[in-house]
Amino acid sequence: MASYSTNEFRSGLKVMVDGDPCAIIENEFVKPGKGQAFNRVKIRNLKTGRVLEKTYKSGETLEAADVMDIDMQYLYNDGEFYHFMVPDTFEQHAADEAAVGDAAKWLKAQDICEVTLYNGSPISVTPPNFVELEIVETDPGLRGDTAQGGNKPAKLETGAVVKVPLFLEEGEVIKVDTRSGEYMGRVKG
Amino acid sequence: MAALRLIQRARLLRGIRAFFDDAGFLEVDTPLLDAAANPDPQVQPVVAQVNGRRRYLATSPEFAMKRLLAAGSGSIYQIAHAFRDEEQGRRHLAEFLLLEWYAVGFDYRQLMAQVEDLLRHLWPEAPGDFRRLGYVEAFERHAGLNPLNEPVEGLRAAAAACAPGLRSADLSRDDCLDLLMSLKVAPAFEGFTFVVDYPASQAALARLKPGDPRLAERFELYFGDLELANGFGELTDAAEQRARFEADNTRRAALGLPPCPVDEALLGALEQGLPECSGVALGLDRLLMAMTGAARIDAVQSLG
Repeated sequence: MASYSTNEFRSGLKVMVDGDPCAIIENEFVKPGKGQAFNRVKIRNLKTGRVLEKTYKSGETLEAADVMDIDMQYLYNDGEFYHFMVPDTFEQHAADEAAVGDAAKWLKAQDICEVTLYNGSPISVTPPNFVELEIVETDPGLRGDTAQGGNKPAKLETGAVVKVPLFLEEGEVIKVDTRSGEYMGRVKG
Repeated sequence: MAALRLIQRARLLRGIRAFFDDAGFLEVDTPLLDAAANPDPQVQPVVAQVNGRRRYLATSPEFAMKRLLAAGSGSIYQIAHAFRDEEQGRRHLAEFLLLEWYAVGFDYRQLMAQVEDLLRHLWPEAPGDFRRLGYVEAFERHAGLNPLNEPVEGLRAAAAACAPGLRSADLSRDDCLDLLMSLKVAPAFEGFTFVVDYPASQAALARLKPGDPRLAERFELYFGDLELANGFGELTDAAEQRARFEADNTRRAALGLPPCPVDEALLGALEQGLPECSGVALGLDRLLMAMTGAARIDAVQSLG
């Protein structure tokens, strides 16, 4: 397996740290003019999603992680596994709950997600940045109140709960930013 | 805006030339390609292939300028690009602009006063005063330890405490001190701070202090925690210089780095006699960062 020296570190690089695949988020080079250089890095553990800090003496190397991000279509959940398919090849992958994590509440069949494979198996799933989902449960709409800024919780078809403006009704479809969980607007049917 | 950067750089260069012309220093211009290189294990030269021969881009104009001093140039200054491989970051570029000057007959304390005069001239509205702080005192005050006496285990523990996820067991004394300087000591500085009298193990090309050989006549200027300049009471002893070069190449070998051909022309010049002098290199990109408040060195470059 290839390895990377500290001078090849950059954000996005996938490396093995303490036996787990990780992605470098930030890399800061520190060096007094006549002195030893160090790289301070922030790393995301791709299995757990946790962010950790490491400091390496320049010249140290880390093994490359066999990690690939692939766009796949979400198919269905069989109660235990979430099934995805690579649209071009029809190749299918099953991701467990640990790999899907918080993405589960945004997954709607047919949507294209980014699935991260480590040694060929899914370890994490990133939903699309924006999803369009139907409201399945919310308090009755308050007509004539559109000018006021208030909002209320609404449960969506995938199980996510988001804050929406007071005038929205069950059965309406809305656009949500999955990174922030924020309501972006109503989708006209 | 790119045009503003160009104007700021041009104004800086004009101010430097006015200052040194007024002080009676001669501007010089030495080659950047050389068959020899500084063997300092902490500085990696960029290697070039020229007419089928291995050449090095200057990591600073120091050696060439010392040859001029030995040949009787008198006090000189140079604005030169310098090249260092494997340096890339928020405050580092592989190619950067240095102002380097040598004041004949000055000791390193007089040179610090001149650095201060130059910066007041280039940046009259600079905030704050210039403080001088001994290297030992800086560590005692801001890292809570004595950098000369603390056992290496204590230095490693202190380094590990300010650098999460550091494997400190293999670090040398100087590795630990460099890390502590970057992450703990310098971040406590405010305004301009001269750090004075470095440990002899970090003397580089400075002479040792007469009367206290544990320390070297070396200083650095910081603005906040941004390192701007490095200066020496210059080592004039050719035999001592040769011994340091050889020790550097031995350390390079131990670190798995290729050796650097020793600059025999420099050693020959030192044997002929380098006048008593002090010299300093000031990073001009860093100075522009300080003057403009830029967070990244890229932001003060002419292009990009």
